[in-house]
Amino acid sequence: MRTAFINQLIEEASSNNNIFLLVGDLGFSVVEPFAEKFPDRFLNVGIAEQNMAGIAAGLAMEGYCVYIYSIGNFPTLRCMEQIRYDICYHNLNVKIVAVGGGYAYGALGPSHHATEELGMLRTIPNLVVCAPADPYEAKAITTFTACYNGPCYIRLGKAGEPEVHKHTSDESKQIVKGTILSIAETGNTTAVFSTGSMLKYVVDFIERNNIASSVYSFPFIKPIDNTMLLNLFIKYKSIITIEEHQASGGFGSAILELLYEFANQGLLAQNQFPKMRRIAINDQFYSVAGSQEYLRSVAGLELKMEYFD
Amino acid sequence: MVNHSIEFARQIRALTLKLVYNAKASHIGGALSMADILAVLYDGILNVDPGAPDYVERDRFLLSKGHACSSLYATLGLKGFFDLNELDGYATNGSLFLSHTSHKIPGIEVSAGSLGHALPIACGIALAAKRKKEQWKTFCLVSDGELNEGSNWESILLAPQLKLDNLILIIDYNKIQSFGFVKDIVDLEPLRAKFEACRWNCFEIDGHNHSELHDTFVKCKESADSAPKAIIAHTTKGKGISFMEDSLLWHYKSPSEEQYHMALQELNQYK
Repeated sequence: MRTAFINQLIEEASSNNNIFLLVGDLGFSVVEPFAEKFPDRFLNVGIAEQNMAGIAAGLAMEGYCVYIYSIGNFPTLRCMEQIRYDICYHNLNVKIVAVGGGYAYGALGPSHHATEELGMLRTIPNLVVCAPADPYEAKAITTFTACYNGPCYIRLGKAGEPEVHKHTSDESKQIVKGTILSIAETGNTTAVFSTGSMLKYVVDFIERNNIASSVYSFPFIKPIDNTMLLNLFIKYKSIITIEEHQASGGFGSAILELLYEFANQGLLAQNQFPKMRRIAINDQFYSVAGSQEYLRSVAGLELKMEYFD
Repeated sequence: MVNHSIEFARQIRALTLKLVYNAKASHIGGALSMADILAVLYDGILNVDPGAPDYVERDRFLLSKGHACSSLYATLGLKGFFDLNELDGYATNGSLFLSHTSHKIPGIEVSAGSLGHALPIACGIALAAKRKKEQWKTFCLVSDGELNEGSNWESILLAPQLKLDNLILIIDYNKIQSFGFVKDIVDLEPLRAKFEACRWNCFEIDGHNHSELHDTFVKCKESADSAPKAIIAHTTKGKGISFMEDSLLWHYKSPSEEQYHMALQELNQYK
């Protein structure tokens, strides 16, 4: 995903002279092509994320569309107040990019487990929160953010993830703000809502077990297209949300909030209320080494056949 | 020139006093300590236009110690950035004039309230000017206490690396922070040596002496040196109102009616 991101950013920067990339001394062997092509619009600020976020705000005030890039919690939690106050309160054109969402850097331990930031970030006004699922979505989200004039967060996976989207030229999959992408519509009873790089696991599970379930990918956690979401609530009797994030405040939380909001607004009748199951991290840190898949499994981020009964 | 800015500083202090008194607000001590700095900056140093506060070639001034905004609002109001009557609601229900700087107010570049934020932003603005080959300068005014914040030191380390010679940092060194004297809480000394060790071009001046302020600002603006500039302005908290000077109490307290009139009388005698 990070390669898809940087390649697309280079493409965007070729036609948009305002795109500026700041890195926090991370991105070795990833960002160099950008730095070589656009030396006047690249800067490594060193290991100093608060400063990076502030500098991004200053550059954006002067007309730049600024991407700040680092890994895990560093460009988010470490400088959360700069994101809230300097970038989002001033509603500036800054894009915060974190590589290694969830347990992508599993073996490096909880310092590198980015498993709380979605909940923190989605409470901040003006901020668009994105979590692409695969290289296709990463590319599309990069284009979306480059064209969008305002603050965005992009949670990327790591490197080498396979494409999950099969028909990348399909116009129906053009990404607009808040969109929900249909991956498979093979069942009318149950749907899995996935965000970020859990999608590959979900699709593999459904296909491997030959389950009649629909799958939707949510590249946006905030905002989420309300009309599309309401139609999915009405269509399915059972919905499973899955994310590589703490249950508290994350993607599933956002879906549940909207479900009750729609009900309160009278948009959803009592008999249309789907059964909800939320798969997320259960309020714990995991101090155990392992691959991303291993940590997902330890944290219980798994589908089970009985969920589809 | 100097006499003009001295009278301007007196007017800033009188209006600041009125704003804080009417709103029963805090932080008058730190607002008064920087009044002379503001008076000199806005009396011919900063290239700004009250009629066009956002024009591109202006110098940028960022107040980081946003809690002391009453004297900046007073300065901008007196310069005509907005109607002075608008200030009447300062820090009261419904007013856009918050008791921390607000970028919604003409002439205010950034909102500031949480300390240690404006200097990194100023670095970004100065960097933008360098990359775009713009001639305008970026000024940032910080308090002494807020130099406790690590974010400032991230910028202090990086600015010389980027050769941000167009960045002018002013430290309002009034020696008092929230809980007492700076030297007793997190002693900044030797402050000049710290800046110089970080490769800043550093000046140390009396922050109430208008000639020194003026000459130092001019020197910084005209310097061909590639280093960023730091001006350590030695000031007195509560400066200009004798019973408020050098007193921690006036970091918090709002003047009573009697104190307000006493203070006003004292300021008026220098008219």
